[in-house]
Amino acid sequence: MIVRIMGEGQVKVADGHFAELNKLDDELLAEMESGDEEGFRRTLGALLDAVRRLGSPLPDDALEPSELILPAPDASLDEVREMLSDDGLIPG
Amino acid sequence: MSGVMKRMGMIFRAKANKALDRAEDPRETLDYSYQKQLELLQKVRRGVADVATSRKRLELQLNQLQGQSAKLEDQGRKALALGREDLAREALSRRASLQQQVSDLEVQHQTLQGEEEKLTLAAQRLQAKVDAFRTKKETIKATYTAAQAQTRIAESFSGISEEMSDVGLAIQRAEDKTAQLQARAGAIDELLASGALDDQSGLGSKDDIQAELDRLSGGTDVELELQRMKAELAGGPSAQQQAIEGGAQGSAQQSPQTQHRFDKQ
Repeated sequence: MIVRIMGEGQVKVADGHFAELNKLDDELLAEMESGDEEGFRRTLGALLDAVRRLGSPLPDDALEPSELILPAPDASLDEVREMLSDDGLIPG
Repeated sequence: MSGVMKRMGMIFRAKANKALDRAEDPRETLDYSYQKQLELLQKVRRGVADVATSRKRLELQLNQLQGQSAKLEDQGRKALALGREDLAREALSRRASLQQQVSDLEVQHQTLQGEEEKLTLAAQRLQAKVDAFRTKKETIKATYTAAQAQTRIAESFSGISEEMSDVGLAIQRAEDKTAQLQARAGAIDELLASGALDDQSGLGSKDDIQAELDRLSGGTDVELELQRMKAELAGGPSAQQQAIEGGAQGSAQQSPQTQHRFDKQ
């Protein structure tokens, strides 16, 4: 699956790694919803590191659809919350 | 999977689609650009027609003047034969001024002809470019439509529109714009390079001194013509031909020495 890290580019991650990534991703969501800024920072860093470690970067001129998108490494909790709540587009 | 990654992906794509929907259709932009190029081509063609018309008008004028000139020469000859040198002088001096107009018109005629050729060439080149653009435009439009259809199919089957194919469309739009600008710039370059756009200035305008010189040499011409006709009446055929040619062509080159020689006769 192809993951985009905003501000960095795209990374191709083998499907087998998604169990591990999902765990971090769910954790990140929980921290964001509870407003745990410190935890959010730590988990986001860990998730981005894991994606970079497990995946291989795509060339900049590749035009592949990203199935998943991650905030930029320096994105704050508020920024991410704003992105997700914008226009009421959050499904479910 | 309902974490941040998935949600961000969905929101990103939804926004990209919205942004695209708001923007104008690149196919319309292409058609508009093509329309503009056709108009430009039309203008160039009209320019060719205008120049050709002016050229023909000049040709008519030239014919008329030459006819008058021949008539005046004839009258001069008759007057001289009747012993009316004053009348002959008058006819010949009128003829000299006509000849001046004729040579002026001939210069203009040549300039117009050159311009017409350049414009015709420019129009042909522009036509080729417009044709090429039309082909490319249709290709780009077809590609765009296909990409759009693909996006819609992907959406309806998986419920996920493709973030990057949207980016791809954005690139496509940029390419369209580039092609449009290139075609325009190319067309204008073509016209400038061929000189069709800035050739209008300096159509045979003369300064005062040149006009005065022309007038003087015109007078000289009359004297020469008189001498020639006198010689003709007297019946000296061999020297005449040369004198006729000298009088008909560049009067400025006619050297004063020749005149002296005639005077001494």
